[in-house]
Amino acid sequence: MLDLLLLVIQRDLVLAMRRRADVLTTLVFFVMVVSLFPLGVGPELSMLRKMAPGVLWVAALLASMLSLGRLFSADYLDGTLEQMMLAPQSLSMLVLGKMTAHWMVSGLPLVLMAPILGLQFDMPGQELGILIIGLLLGTPILSMIGAIGAALTLGLRGGGVLLSLLVLPLCIPVLIFGTGAVEAMSSGLSVVSHLSLLGALLVLALVFTPWVTAQALRISME
Amino acid sequence: MNCGYYNPCMHAGDSLKHLHQLSRIAALNFVLVRYVTYTCMVMMAGFWYLALSLPEAIVYNLQNVKILGFLFMLEVSNLACSRGDHRLFCGLNFSLSSGQIMQVQGANGSGKTSLLRTLCGFMMPDEGDIVWRGGSIRELDEDYYAEMLYLGHLNAIKDELSALENLRISAGLSGVDLDEKEAVAALRRMGLRGRELLPTKVLSQGQRRRVALARLLVSDAKLWILDEPLTALDVGAVALIQELIGEHLAQQGMVIFTTHQPLQVAGTEMRSLTLS
Repeated sequence: MLDLLLLVIQRDLVLAMRRRADVLTTLVFFVMVVSLFPLGVGPELSMLRKMAPGVLWVAALLASMLSLGRLFSADYLDGTLEQMMLAPQSLSMLVLGKMTAHWMVSGLPLVLMAPILGLQFDMPGQELGILIIGLLLGTPILSMIGAIGAALTLGLRGGGVLLSLLVLPLCIPVLIFGTGAVEAMSSGLSVVSHLSLLGALLVLALVFTPWVTAQALRISME
Repeated sequence: MNCGYYNPCMHAGDSLKHLHQLSRIAALNFVLVRYVTYTCMVMMAGFWYLALSLPEAIVYNLQNVKILGFLFMLEVSNLACSRGDHRLFCGLNFSLSSGQIMQVQGANGSGKTSLLRTLCGFMMPDEGDIVWRGGSIRELDEDYYAEMLYLGHLNAIKDELSALENLRISAGLSGVDLDEKEAVAALRRMGLRGRELLPTKVLSQGQRRRVALARLLVSDAKLWILDEPLTALDVGAVALIQELIGEHLAQQGMVIFTTHQPLQVAGTEMRSLTLS
């Protein structure tokens, strides 16, 4: 079972490496959106510092929406998804593999890029640290919740917009706790509660979303 | 003077040895007791499990007539299927046993692909049952999928990957761990010598179909469900597929397929099912 998980992750990573443009689009979009804010709002440091976590998180949320449409659609169109459903192992495991690969390709680069972008907003080191930890816990949740939406809108015309409308409201808790942790840090409060809640959401998503996504895929394939 | 185990008259080394021996006996005793207790517990649990599940198993097997399941591996009874509001077929009955081949015939839109997809479990039938070795495929799920291979209209190959990578990954998905040598041998038999490492996007339509069909060579599935396997293939490849199907049937395999091209398999009677 673990072999299969690794096989799917490896396959998706190889595919991502051969289609580098897709990976870079997400990252460049993230960098662009975040960089536009200082230009638009003006170079007042105290204001930038205050809005930094919110801007970074919202940009990460939007960037993760960009690549969700491709999560299952390529496999659906060339028939690989059919074969995955006929695999003699649980479909949830395959889905978990796809989610993991998706996060490594579209979530992890955002997390790694965030500290550099945070410096643009003059964020202090400790807050940057909390931001990264928050993003590390939060971006996998975005990939996993997004996968449910991607599975439900599979094969629909104009599915991309529908997907965002479906998934973005579900991501609000992640946004609140993620930005809340950084704000708590800057006002000298404990960040543990916010990060613990993010961790709890991650565990919850890890347990339930692969199964829900697998069911949604079965419905979409009928 | 004798006070329990410790005798001060004894040599210091002796007493240590004595104690050591005692502790070894105690440890052995402890392990034995634990072992026996655990074995008893496991046996009791097994007994109760059997006692509780046996009647259920008997009832289950009687219901599904397991004995008939040996004769007919795949049994379809009273199957009805529709697409939207349009009823494709209803009251469909057939069974297939080891070493048999069946062609599904019918005009375009008569529901051949829908029937095959229903047999794969992609679509829920409106009515009826599909039974594999005595169990409904809905309940068997992964056990059924381990024994069947489906090849649809779509090739399920990735343009960015080479023929070799494609074959190894699709074999891996169906639970077969394929090493490079076997995969290369399969591709060569499919007439793709020298093209194993090319990305499949540079291959022709027929060659891509051959990559997809190479799965037949490396799979150990008993039931093959092939939807138009001969599309885009040249004469040589069609002959090869006929040969492969013949070999599969000789090994007590089963094949259900659709095609609009003539396909002859030597040495077996071709059954046919016509949808109208």
